[in-house]
Amino acid sequence: MKAAVTVRLKEGVLDPQGRAIEHALHTLGFANVADVRAGKIIEFTLQETDPEAARAEAEAMAKRLLANTVIERYEVRIEP
Amino acid sequence: MKAAIILFPGTNRDRDMAIALRGASGREPLRLWHTETSLPSLDLVVLPGGFSHGDYLRCGAMAAHSPVMREVRRFAQAGGHVLGVCNGFQILIEAGLLPGALLRNANLRFISRDCHLRVERADTAFTRHYQRGQVFRAPMAHGDGNYFAGEELLGQLEDQGRVAFRYTDAAGRTGPGSNPNGSTDAIAGVYSENLRVLGLMPHPEDLVDGLMGGTDGAPLFSGLVESLAA
Repeated sequence: MKAAVTVRLKEGVLDPQGRAIEHALHTLGFANVADVRAGKIIEFTLQETDPEAARAEAEAMAKRLLANTVIERYEVRIEP
Repeated sequence: MKAAIILFPGTNRDRDMAIALRGASGREPLRLWHTETSLPSLDLVVLPGGFSHGDYLRCGAMAAHSPVMREVRRFAQAGGHVLGVCNGFQILIEAGLLPGALLRNANLRFISRDCHLRVERADTAFTRHYQRGQVFRAPMAHGDGNYFAGEELLGQLEDQGRVAFRYTDAAGRTGPGSNPNGSTDAIAGVYSENLRVLGLMPHPEDLVDGLMGGTDGAPLFSGLVESLAA
């Protein structure tokens, strides 16, 4: 199965990178842009055919390494 | 004082740390590679600065899961003293040995310059040769040193006296102008609950000799030697 873990900063945690991107977008003339937040996606394949088992494994990885849950939240997406 | 410096791939401040430890204790510190699965008998474990594992994913995230870190955790849980500077602080946080998180500097820049630190308590093994409220100079060099603590943790750190150092101006005043990286409450370093694990972003080891431009960091190491040299 394929898995993708999206990691973002939690609400309320200052995201200076998002703020810099927003500033750059405004400079380029995209005046409607607000609330930019930057994150990352970690993709991998799993030797697993059961979607629920794959999800559980990806969640365990997210908790232990891929995200720092003090400041970040994550979402797991599983695809065949 | 028997000290060991832990080396990870990408560690680069171990020599500076060795100079400071040797200068204070007269003994050459051990160097231990991150794959070690046991520690010899030690008084102090030091995680030095650098860019372990290329700072990939999050600073310190990979190093925190190195084999040697299981032993460092055991050492700390048994009451051992651990010092983490810069990347070493980031590793201690990622390993869960110190609370909070270290975010990208608020101005998004790598900051390499001297800062002033105020000693928040002078009754620990690390600070006994300073005075409470004393301000000393320390070089800083990091991109991700913006200490983050939520309200609950902040209250705990305050109540338990676990803030080690704050960024201030030369007169010891906190404020936006003297908080280089945007840290919560200008926190530059924190202690574990038993006050035996210390992490801080600036580098006291880089100011321990007149040839380095000052000796502001030397009391941290001489204090450790006095506390730990049995």
